[in-house]
Amino acid sequence: MIRPLLIRGMLVGVVAAVLAFIVAKTLGESQVGHAIAFESARDAAEGTGGTEPVTRTVQSTIGLFTGLLAFGVALGGLFSLAYACTQGRLGALGARATAALVALAGFVGMYLLPDLKYPANPPSIGNPDTIGERTSLYFTMMLISLAVVIGGCVTARRFAARFGTWDAALLSVAGTVVIVGLAYYFLPRVHETPEGFPADVLWRFRVASLAVNATVWATIGLLFGALTDRAVRSAAAVASTGERGVGVTGSLVTTEA
Amino acid sequence: MAHPAVLDAPVARPALPKIPLRELAPFMIFGSMLMMVLLYFVGAEQGAVSVVGGSYVHEFVHDARHLLGFPCH
Repeated sequence: MIRPLLIRGMLVGVVAAVLAFIVAKTLGESQVGHAIAFESARDAAEGTGGTEPVTRTVQSTIGLFTGLLAFGVALGGLFSLAYACTQGRLGALGARATAALVALAGFVGMYLLPDLKYPANPPSIGNPDTIGERTSLYFTMMLISLAVVIGGCVTARRFAARFGTWDAALLSVAGTVVIVGLAYYFLPRVHETPEGFPADVLWRFRVASLAVNATVWATIGLLFGALTDRAVRSAAAVASTGERGVGVTGSLVTTEA
Repeated sequence: MAHPAVLDAPVARPALPKIPLRELAPFMIFGSMLMMVLLYFVGAEQGAVSVVGGSYVHEFVHDARHLLGFPCH
């Protein structure tokens, strides 16, 4: 039942990676370049820095694509499993709307909420000595966000019968905001932007990072939904033709899911 | 997969089937494990901790890691 969904998810992840690569090249790489120029100038002034094992050309082309591809395929596969859990459990919603909602929840839980607390940083920002601490803080924040978003979705479903779908969704969003807000408040802050780092570069880099992640999630959610909807409809069409004609039994459930 | 022409026919969308949670459980456990490994390699390998020696993996996917929003050096 899950096989076609998982395959579709991973293929959609490849498309997402290609589109994300285009966005990253267009919006992100120039800002990475400015940040590295800042870093090189600083290192030259301090007499530090050294040779890099991988050239910038490799990093900004094949390296960038490899990283995005690995991320996209794995995320697409995981998305399809999350979709499999959700399918048929959101009332009358079809495949496209279900996939779009799962992707939205994933984007908010895995990127947007953690990123608002610990935003993406270009090269040269961040003290190498605190990378361990910053990594665990980022993943802690991601874990909290993801858990709260999933919990919020499940709670909204539970409350729907009692408060109606709209109010149940609002209550869950409110609960999510409160819990995530508490996490923002209690987790330590990170202030590591070096003196003199251009604010425009930082802003544009963060917008580019947002665009790359939004591209990945939007592609996965919308394309997966469109393809799944198509498969569901063609299975239903085959089933209805079968019932009128030769009397083929079984249908959507066996063919699609 | 049916012939594309059948898609034009006005077929009502059937309710989506629920996949039993029992069926999903092993996939979800595997998926969660995979997710941790993925996040580790794209997000953290050779930053805070390291499995493969040196900094080659880190530097190779350097730009993707930055742009995806993971903490980096």
